[in-house]
Amino acid sequence: MAAKSRCIIIGASHAAAQLAPTLRQQGWTGSISMICNEYALPYHRPPLSKDFLAGTKTAEQILIRPAAVYKKCDVGITMGVTVAAIDRSNKQIMLEDGLALDYDKLVLTTGARVRKIDIPGVDLNGVFYLRDLNDAQQIKMSTGANKRAVIIGGGYIGLETASALRKIGMQVTVLEAMPRILQRVTAPEVAAFYSRIHKEEGVEIVAGVQAVSISGDKQVESVQCHDGTEYEADIVIIGVGVIPNTELAEQAGLEIDNGIVVDEYARTSDEDILAAGDCTSHYNPIYQRHLRLESVQNALDQASVAASTISGNLKAYSALPWFWSDQYDLKLQIAGLSQGYTDVVVRGDIGDSRSFAAFYMREGKLLAVDAVNRPQEFMFGKKLIMQGNQLDPGQLADESLPLKTLVAS
Amino acid sequence: MPRVTYIQADGQSQEVNLESGSSLMQGAVDNMIDGIVAECGGSCSCATCHCYIDADWVDKVEPAEEMETDLLDCVSEPKDNSRLSCQVKVSDALDGLVVHLPTTQF
Ligand SMILES: Cc1cc2nc3c(=O)[nH]c(=O)nc-3n(C[C@H](O)[C@H](O)[C@H](O)COP(=O)(O)OP(=O)(O)OC[C@H]3O[C@@H](n4cnc5c(N)ncnc54)[C@H](O)[C@@H]3O)c2cc1C
Ligand code: FES
Repeated sequence: MAAKSRCIIIGASHAAAQLAPTLRQQGWTGSISMICNEYALPYHRPPLSKDFLAGTKTAEQILIRPAAVYKKCDVGITMGVTVAAIDRSNKQIMLEDGLALDYDKLVLTTGARVRKIDIPGVDLNGVFYLRDLNDAQQIKMSTGANKRAVIIGGGYIGLETASALRKIGMQVTVLEAMPRILQRVTAPEVAAFYSRIHKEEGVEIVAGVQAVSISGDKQVESVQCHDGTEYEADIVIIGVGVIPNTELAEQAGLEIDNGIVVDEYARTSDEDILAAGDCTSHYNPIYQRHLRLESVQNALDQASVAASTISGNLKAYSALPWFWSDQYDLKLQIAGLSQGYTDVVVRGDIGDSRSFAAFYMREGKLLAVDAVNRPQEFMFGKKLIMQGNQLDPGQLADESLPLKTLVAS
Repeated sequence: MPRVTYIQADGQSQEVNLESGSSLMQGAVDNMIDGIVAECGGSCSCATCHCYIDADWVDKVEPAEEMETDLLDCVSEPKDNSRLSCQVKVSDALDGLVVHLPTTQF
């Protein structure tokens, strides 16, 4: 490896915070620099809708690593600069101010951006999206006990936001366009569970309504829905999904298919350009299809794979996707992907308690587990999914039988 | 600043200074100590920050809560002195603490 090799990472992301120091540890002697359009060292995004919003963690406390680590690893970080283009033939990237930088290895960890909705009034003061620290800080400045928040979108981020805002005493309404919350990601049983809990916590959840306009003078005052209903609001937070940031890669002619296409070694269709995290689409050997994931697990694991590839010791990516969501006293841990399930087996009292596990099955095999305050079901569920054996639904549901006993040794 | 020694399964050890109030996990991440993965960043969800508290120190560390003990039951090679390092806050009272790392987090 030439001593002068240059590795540039676009985005000071979750993936970058993992990749840069790992690459150094693996013996990369060239330069490493991160370039990001945000003004912050890489931070944990999950707390933005949880502890940070609820005020129990500060911006400093959610940094992935302190500045000293990057310094020690000799990783340069340029903040507040957008990369405008990639010139593959000259192996250069172009910054927005026209400056060109040479690279030997380029890693795209550009993440995703929020999906915007186009309805009248979205530009009013007090209407927010939530993706980055700046968004969360803006929201926080507008929150306050007894103020009213309307959240558009009943996915995990919307529901976590509802929980965090309840914690600080706000009145919260969640508007969901689909017939139920968490429609895309969970079984009806699990959605019903979360609806019940939010109701018990004082959140109003309205499903099957589409927000069609937001009104107010300069400051938001209310949200109107397609069925004529109206909800008063001091703030509105929109959480209706994200779009991967693939434009740079696309303009550079890299293969894109619902994300930047990477192989199991995190390489794009150009062998000197790698990609990791939310912006990628990869082939997952466990589920045998291409996946674009939006999770910390995927960002970290792909970043480690990318570091190994750059260091020259290929290590294929094959990890079981997992995710978590914290709402109130509920710790949800999700192992695997439930898409394509035919049956759901519930273990525990999903109707009245605050703890259960839902097993998503297909042809007698376990695809995924949603475990709420059930860490063991999550941990052993992971093993059961990986083992891929036929399982008896009766045994999965039987709480007198420790799940451990079903795991083949 | 409490000083903590992390000892790898192969015997290699690293001694580092941690901020009081920080966690054993953050201390490992901040100092690039191998063997602590910490996927969830300390939210007690992933159990990839498993460690063993040295026998001489077990009594001085605050005990684990239920979520943590449940997760610890499922890690590979759990022992009586197992802890999730993100749940152990360091303070001056733990100056000199010795922590052992497992062979794997998975
Ligand atoms: C509120 C919230 C809660 C979440 N909760 C969870 C959770 O509980 N569990 C979980 O697993 N995941 C959660 N996620 C998802 C998780 O945070 C993401 O999957 C993860 O951050 C993805 O990391 P990444 O490395 O792909 O990129 P990111 O961390 O998204 O970083 C990409 C960076 O690249 C920058 N960038 C993009 N284009 C350019 C350019 N052209 N020039 C310069 N810079 C650029 C972006 O501004 C950004 O800073 C949550 C996300 C949010 C927003
Ligand atoms: S870092 Fe995830 S449980 Fe400790």
